[in-house]
Formats: sequence, C-alpha cells, structure tokens
Amino acid sequence: MLEVRDSHAYIGQTYVLKGVSLEVRHREIVALIGANGAGKTTTLSTISGLTRSRRGKILFRPDPDATQRDITRVPAEEIVSMGISHCPEGRQVFSDLNVWENLLIGAYLRKDKQAIQSDLQWVCELFPILGDRRRQSAGSLSGGEQMMLVIGRALMSRPRLLLLDEPSLGLAPMLVEVIFEMLEQINAQGTTILLVEQNARMALELAQRAYVMETGRVTLSGTGRELAENEEVRKAYLGAI
Amino acid sequence: MMGWNRLKWFFPMLILAGAILVFILRSSVNDYILSIICFAGINIILAVSLNLTNGFTGLFSLGHPAFMAVGGYVAAILTFPVTRKAMLLPALPSWLAAQQWSLLPALILGGLCATLAAFLIGFPVLRLKGHYLAVATLGFLIILQVLITNLESFTRGPLGLNGLPLLTNLWWVYLWVVITIYVCWKVKHSSLGRSMLAIRENEMAAECLGIPLSRTRIMAFALGAFFAGVAGCLWAHLVTAITPTSFSVIMAFHLVVMVVVGGSGSITGATIAALMLTSVVEILSPLEENLGAYGISEIIISIGLLLILIYRPRGIFGTQEPAFLVKQRQRVSGEVGRSLSYQNGKGGTS
Repeated sequence: MLEVRDSHAYIGQTYVLKGVSLEVRHREIVALIGANGAGKTTTLSTISGLTRSRRGKILFRPDPDATQRDITRVPAEEIVSMGISHCPEGRQVFSDLNVWENLLIGAYLRKDKQAIQSDLQWVCELFPILGDRRRQSAGSLSGGEQMMLVIGRALMSRPRLLLLDEPSLGLAPMLVEVIFEMLEQINAQGTTILLVEQNARMALELAQRAYVMETGRVTLSGTGRELAENEEVRKAYLGAI
Repeated sequence: MMGWNRLKWFFPMLILAGAILVFILRSSVNDYILSIICFAGINIILAVSLNLTNGFTGLFSLGHPAFMAVGGYVAAILTFPVTRKAMLLPALPSWLAAQQWSLLPALILGGLCATLAAFLIGFPVLRLKGHYLAVATLGFLIILQVLITNLESFTRGPLGLNGLPLLTNLWWVYLWVVITIYVCWKVKHSSLGRSMLAIRENEMAAECLGIPLSRTRIMAFALGAFFAGVAGCLWAHLVTAITPTSFSVIMAFHLVVMVVVGGSGSITGATIAALMLTSVVEILSPLEENLGAYGISEIIISIGLLLILIYRPRGIFGTQEPAFLVKQRQRVSGEVGRSLSYQNGKGGTS
C-alpha cells in the first residue's frame, strides 16, 4: 500500500532522515518505534507531505487494485484527498471550536454531505463521549477525550491509511488501553494504520509488523512478536535487564 | 427544524427593520447626524471585513486602510466629473479622462482593484506570521501612500482630489453593511469559514487535515480587502475629498481596536464595537473642542482597549455569536446527536 524508499529529509539544517525505507501493506497495523530524535515523526510528516524529502521516493496505492502513485512531491492537501490522514503528535485540537466543528473540519475536502453525516455517526459510535460532548469546546476536554477527538477528526477524511503519532503521549495507562482497543477496531473495519510510539510494549503487541528506527535509519524490522522477543529491542525499549 | 425556519425569518426581518430605520432617519435627522451614521456604517463594513482576515484566519493585518485607499482612489477617478478632471488632472490619459461613472460600478471596480492588490501583496507577505505580518502590512500601507503621493497625473499627489460628487448616502451604506455582514456570516458558517478558524487555531493540524494553507489565507485576505475597497469608495464619496493621508495608521489602529474589542472572529462583536467606537469619537470631539484638549478621545479609546485586554482578553463576544442567533442551528445538529446517543445506547453494549 505504502512504500517509502530510501527517504532523506532535513528539518531546517538538521539531517534527520538518512535513508529510511519501509513498507505498509493493506489492512495492516505497522508500528514505528525508537528513541527520541530517531526520526519517527519526520518519517510520518514526509509521508503526509508536511516535510519534503530531499531524496528517495514515496509510493502509495490506496486500494489493492488501484494504480500506484508517486506522492513524494504531491502537496499535503492532495495527499489527504488520496486517502492518507496524518494525526500529528500532541493532541492538536482546535481548542476554541466545539467538538462538532472539529470533526467537520476533518471532512474539509469532502463534498458528499450525506456520507459526512453518516461518518459523524460512525465516529460517535467509536467514541460515544464525543457525541455527548459535541457542543463543548475542544479545549475544555480532558487529555484522553482530546486524543479521541483527534483520531476521530482524522477519520472524518475517510482515510485508507491513518498515520498516528504517539497516541499514548501523556495519557493514563488505562486510557492508553482504551485508545489501543479503538485502533484495533478501526483497523478491523478496514483502515490501515502506521503508528509511531514511545510505548513500545503496547505498540509491538498491537502491530502485526514493526520497524525500529535509530538516528535517521531503520535498524530492525520484523513482526511485532519477533521484535518483542529480540534481545536488543528488549534491552533498549522494553526495559528488560 | 422548526427553530431553524424561525431563524430564517429573523434575518430578513432584521434587514427590513434596518431599512425602515434608515427611512425614518433620513426624513427626521439633519445632514450632520446622517453623515455620522454613515461613518458608523462604513466602520461596520471595515470592522466586519477586517474581522474576516484578523479574526477568523488570525492574519494580523494593519493594511486595511491601504485597501481602502486603493478602492477610494480608483472610484474617485472614475466618478470625478469630466469637466473637473480636465481642470484638476490634465495629465490623465484621455480614455480615463472621458469616464464619468455612477457610484455602483465604481464601488465594485474599486473593491475589485483592492482585491487584486491583496492578491499581489498576499503572495509574498502571507508567508509571515503574527507581528511580522503586522509590520509587513504596515509597510504596504506606507509604500502605497508614497506611491499615491508620487503618481501625480492620476492622484494630484499630496493635494489629493477634492470636490468629488457627494454620491454616498445612508441607503448605499446600509446596502453594503447588509452585504458585508451577510457574506461574512455565510463564510463563517461554511466549510471555508471553519477552515479559516482551523488555521487560526492550529496551523499544523489544519495542514494535516488537508486545508490548503496559503490558498485559504489569501482568500481571507482578498475577501477582506474587497470590502475595505468598497468602504474606501463610500468614504471618499461621503467626505467628497481624498488625500494620500486620508487612510492612515491611526485608522488601522482604530479598526484593529474594533476587532479586538468585539472579539476576534465575532461578527456581532465587530459590528457593536464599530458602533461604539464611532459614537465615542463623535461624542468626545465636541468635548475636545470645548476644552481645547485635542487627542482626548485617542487616550480614552486606548485606556478602554487596555481595560478590555486585561479584563476580557477575548473581547466582548470571543469567537462566538450571541446564543439566540445560533442556538437553533445547534439544535439541528443536536437532533442528529440525540439519535446517535440513542443508537449508542443500543449498540454500545455489544
């Protein structure tokens, strides 16, 4: 579905991605783990078009039978309309607007009003709390609710591929469980997920496959279970002694 | 849905009530007060349209008077009687010298020229944010003043154009107040308006959701400029004179005050703030003359601004409109929500 080939990217003057290659297949959950500053967030933003890579290719095929497109130089809004939704790090809600408006902005590029209404329903079924709080301003929600709102908003563009950056950041362990369960459910309903996580244990449990990044490169890859049992990964990211 | 229909009636009734008020005012009060009311209306147009740029989209522009100047000069040259043009602007190209337009087409062309100017400076300037943008738009205002001063064959330089036909009356002002408020209201409650607010609130998240940042910003800037251009024309044909210093930094300051006091993003707020500020200035100016204390209105306005920034930093209305104007709209989405929570109750346990 998504293929990143030897991507090199800079943030300002800093050389962040030094040749990242990875692949996401249809209906998978793929996790990207690694220490701070390894380039995980930058990988996501080069895919969604917020950051431009200097070298390398990013290829995307929304459906198994669709034609593959090179999205390396495509503007961000077109990437969204092709079916990639990027959920940035740190609960970026529009705090002055209410929950409903936040969700509607998620559907900004769509014109099918009927389907937008039914997707609003779908998101509220996934996260009932959002339906209950629809008139509340997003800034007044709790951290967990804001995270749900951000995920729900990203789903409103009907993505084929959801890029999630640190959904567990700053949330209580129980809420993280809830969020991860939701991700599993979203995935079961047909959305492919590429997940960046600090919480490696949870991520490896959820993901079918995973990549480990270190200083701008992918150093390890395998199924979630393989990596969870890998000695180095256990030492570095799972806190095993 | 009943409530929504009632609201549909509310606005036409309001417009009609306003029209009746205009009619009564025109037949009862004297010209001086009428002209003050016209200025108040022009200020409403300016504040509401600036609100689109500064309030909705968060582009802190001080360039609004510049767009007024563009619109004002374009319209002034077009409506200027041919005989006076021959006298005052002998160097005018003959195709322009032969024109003598009526107000409406001149207004529209003036507005469009302002829009064009906004497009031209928008591309480079809108890369900037916050105070950098404010300084850049201020720079544009000053460049434009210099340009007008030196384009003597079109503008008569620092002397300006005087003796313009007095074409603006309360009906014209009222018409444009209604159009401005209507357009801005529609924009605010549309997908475009939400995307503008999204950019103001969180640029990165907006970009992630596929909102084209620069296109939306330029749209907000240009739409605001159109109404500023129109307001400039109305202003010029009310004062019947226009000089390079007519549209000054002080004016930019007053307009920004209106938006901040009303609440960035609130159309109702901008309207009320424009009315308030105009009345304060008009009430205080005889006081200034009697006491010989010129500038006292500036001081009072500034103190008022400080107080509002301290005690109500989001302005009178914040981003919202008063509840009775939008309540019904929310009830519609409320109905969807209610049927949803019902479904959740059924399906949530599975």
